Amino acid sequence: MNMDNNTKRNEPWREELRKSIKNKERADKSRVHMRELPADYRNKNNEEVNCGLTKEEALNEAKRCLDCPAPSCTNGCPVGIDIPQFVKNIERGEILEAAKIIKQTSALPAVCSRVCPQEKQCEAECIYAQKMGKEAVAIGYLERFAADYERESGQMAVPECAPSNGIKVAAVGSGPAGLAFASDMAKRGYSVTVFEALHEIGGVLKYGIPEFRLPNSIIDVEIEMLKKLGVEIVTNCIVGKTITFEDLQAQGYKALFVGSGAGLPRFMNIPGENLIGVMSSNEYLTRINLMGALRDGDTPVLSGKNVAIIGGGNTAMDAVRTAKRLGAEHAMIVYRRSEAEMPARIEEIKHAKEEGVEFMPLHNPIEYIGDEKGRVKQMRLQKMELGEPDASGRRSPVEIPGAIETIDVDTVIVSIGVSPNPLVPSSIKDLSVSKWGTITVNDGMQSSVPTIFAGGDIVRGGATVILAMGDGRRAAAAMDEYLKSC
Amino acid sequence: MNKILKKEHFSPNVLHFEVEAPQIAKTRKAGHFVLVKVGEKGERIPLTIAASDPVKGSISLVVQRVGVSSAKLCDLNEGDYITDLVGPLGKATHIENYGTVVCAGGGVGVAPLLPIVEAMKKAGNRVITVLAARSKDLVILEEQMRANSDEVIVMTDDGSYGKQGLVTAGIEEVLLREKVDMCVTVGPAIMMKFVALLTKKYNVPTMASLNTIMVDGTGMCGACRITVGGKIKFVCVDGPEFDAHEVDFDEMQMRLNSYKEIETEAMKHYIETAAI
Repeated sequence: MNMDNNTKRNEPWREELRKSIKNKERADKSRVHMRELPADYRNKNNEEVNCGLTKEEALNEAKRCLDCPAPSCTNGCPVGIDIPQFVKNIERGEILEAAKIIKQTSALPAVCSRVCPQEKQCEAECIYAQKMGKEAVAIGYLERFAADYERESGQMAVPECAPSNGIKVAAVGSGPAGLAFASDMAKRGYSVTVFEALHEIGGVLKYGIPEFRLPNSIIDVEIEMLKKLGVEIVTNCIVGKTITFEDLQAQGYKALFVGSGAGLPRFMNIPGENLIGVMSSNEYLTRINLMGALRDGDTPVLSGKNVAIIGGGNTAMDAVRTAKRLGAEHAMIVYRRSEAEMPARIEEIKHAKEEGVEFMPLHNPIEYIGDEKGRVKQMRLQKMELGEPDASGRRSPVEIPGAIETIDVDTVIVSIGVSPNPLVPSSIKDLSVSKWGTITVNDGMQSSVPTIFAGGDIVRGGATVILAMGDGRRAAAAMDEYLKSC
Repeated sequence: MNKILKKEHFSPNVLHFEVEAPQIAKTRKAGHFVLVKVGEKGERIPLTIAASDPVKGSISLVVQRVGVSSAKLCDLNEGDYITDLVGPLGKATHIENYGTVVCAGGGVGVAPLLPIVEAMKKAGNRVITVLAARSKDLVILEEQMRANSDEVIVMTDDGSYGKQGLVTAGIEEVLLREKVDMCVTVGPAIMMKFVALLTKKYNVPTMASLNTIMVDGTGMCGACRITVGGKIKFVCVDGPEFDAHEVDFDEMQMRLNSYKEIETEAMKHYIETAAI
């Protein structure tokens, strides 16, 4: 914790607030539950499932926070939000002030509060969870409340920016990493341009995460905020193809941040995987989320009665819940390990189950069978059991000899992970990449080419929105240092 | 937004557009393509760059009116804007001096063949171009091809122009008479399949430029995947050109039909609503 936070904690209003309720009384309150749309209603439409907190609920939940002298929650946040400071502002009813504090370090609070796995980050570090065996303060819910409250108030504050220093820098990719980078550099006085290959801004937030988890209108408001900071955004421009790194240098860009993501979908290379109706989760979700398939877009999508999603991550949950909403009678998760090993958030698994998704753990597809037109009609599944823990520490799935079953499917969504997209790395000379194709960087997210920084999935492989944003922030800090020393 | 500078008909359903795209005009090479989207709710469709004018800052696209998305593009006029256009995409054609090269194109595939013919000629090859079409009025870009080829053979299905027969008959005529070092083919999957079978028989290395279903065109989704030599490849980033003797054309043909029924239905609806 730095001096700044200490000073803030000693402000009279905060001291008074701490004294107003006894710690024991605070700790005896139970954690708020966020209202959700009923499962049999929401699984037929695209409305956001989680409804947010009322002001009363938020104020009450904020009272649970003990305003610890050395708050560990902040350490669990990849972008380092001053959590007690914003939570205490909610407690005293200064919601707009709370929103302002979050925005000092987070570029997209309404987005992050919805998609971060808080149970593994800030909330995992909360003293309630760490030391007291109680449910953590609902930091994510409170962040969402503050961000939504500010947006709906129509009084969104533009974060303060340092005076322009006239130095041009560029970000490649407008996903969470690129946007966090752009926001931080703009605040530091740089003139920032973000180059995006697609026709829409937001990366995975737009093409991947569905409306029922993260409404596009909310992302757009936060992107508008970046434009107010002076960030310029160029869509339909692929760095390395439309414009080269050398072109950018010639145009006066002093440094570049690569946040191009890990968009390349993996397939299993099993027979029948190229049949019609078998597709990657990226294709399925892009057609639906980005292109508006089956809504008002010209883009079509294949979706049927019996839809199997292969995989157990968050993307798999997004795809299966989407399939259910598109009218699948059987929307199935097929996963080779047991449910305990699924990488998806517990909340997503719970939501999927409530919505009628069928779970088939310990099954692995070995072949797809098609009809005379080449459309998939069945899949052959190998049943598995759990063996010894593997390198990842998870118990590895082992085939049960001869235990094979055949199931009817008309659509299969392969969601077994992504690899880094080589498009940008391969277009930059002398850039070192790992054997997995990720860009190699130092602690300051600086690559082997001193003026090129990188972060997010292009450095980590498939990870989370907030880790990408944290990388963007760190890269901005390090790039600022680097450019000042030049 | 990219302005349409010029629009002309090559044949009733094949149109040629010159579109403002200065950055792409500068960097594109033979074999590259773009993705085009018409309207906010439009679909992203791939189109090969047929030519470019870096001075004017424009690229040429040849579009065949087949479905709703291409029809929406064909219905735009000079002065209109294409909502989204991105590129150049894909790997550029591998050009070198092979010796004698046969370039064979069919239908609207002749347009993407043009920059390859030009580049092959410029690299010092002896270029023999075989153009195929169903009938005389569907033969496109003949003049431009003649300007860049040592010889042009025109084949029509009905014999209304040039020689009667399929593209393969034109290629075989050359293969029987002289040594060919490389063949390049662009056209419908079925045509490329038979070209590949023919040149395999004569042991002539052959490149095919594939046109599959695409969504993003940057390797993100795998909609364009095909099997080449038993391995999955993404046409948008690994291609569009592949060794024609290794491509599973039957699978490609099958996958191209993924949305056939939906597309036919959508086109019917588009024509009906446009008529009102």
